[in-house]
Amino acid sequence: MQTRKSLRRKATVPQAQCVACGCCFNTCPKGAIEMIKGVYASVEEALCVGCGLCSGICPASIIKIAEVAV
Amino acid sequence: MKKHWYDYLWLFSAAYLILGFFNILFAWVGLLCFFIPLIIAITKGSKAYCNHYCGRGQLLALLGGRLGLSRKRDIPPFLRSKQFRYGFLAFFFTMFFLMLFTTWLVFAGQRSLSEAVTLLWTIKLPWHWAYNGTAVRPWVAQFAFGFYSVMLTSTILGLITMLLYKPRSWCVYCPMGTMTQLICQAKAKKAA
Ligand code: SF4
Ligand code: SF4
Ligand code: SF4
Repeated sequence: MQTRKSLRRKATVPQAQCVACGCCFNTCPKGAIEMIKGVYASVEEALCVGCGLCSGICPASIIKIAEVAV
Repeated sequence: MKKHWYDYLWLFSAAYLILGFFNILFAWVGLLCFFIPLIIAITKGSKAYCNHYCGRGQLLALLGGRLGLSRKRDIPPFLRSKQFRYGFLAFFFTMFFLMLFTTWLVFAGQRSLSEAVTLLWTIKLPWHWAYNGTAVRPWVAQFAFGFYSVMLTSTILGLITMLLYKPRSWCVYCPMGTMTQLICQAKAKKAA
């Protein structure tokens, strides 16, 4: 079991700017993105491997990849 | 990734644009791209149309992504602002209703059929070869010319922003996308 916190790269979507096009959702190789009620995309942090594909494809260029403690 | 039947809907979008060049009456089929997303948003509260079924979005992704016809730069923040997106939606629908009004004038016999496609709401392109002049009632043809103008104009805008920014930049300010998101937002709020 891992007890020490480590830093991992994770994607986050700023909800208010998302246009819900679904490009990220269709691109994520891990199926870590879910479309919430046709309003915004949401990243399931536990599944995200921080590859950055979603952030590259997002036509609004709003997805941030940052290191977070997990 | 596994391919689904709907991953080929870009063929439908491409065929639509091409067929309208030869026979304008095909433009009527485009109403599907108008009603299906609305019906899904209203009944299901989802943007499944944008997320899975939109041939337009797939075509842009293919041309800009796989074929590399895109600079893949970030869209200017202004173009993804709510003001611009909602403003463009309002403008688009104003022009859409003007088109319906023109159709009505032709229906009422107060205006004669104009066999032209209007690009970017201003440039009139001759398109008379796509209509033989007798097949249907004049208003039916007028609507076809008007609707095809809307579809061609939005395709051109989509291609321009595909080249300049990301492949599917059009989806940021696409009126159908904005409208279905607004409907979903309203539905989600009501449910909450
Ligand atoms: S960074 Fe990679 S794994 Fe994480 S959500 Fe984006 S595409 Fe999926
Ligand atoms: S690609 Fe960007 S704008 Fe589209 S759903 Fe994902 S986060 Fe939202
Ligand atoms: S935003 Fe417009 S072009 Fe993009 S997927 Fe949705 S309906 Fe199609």
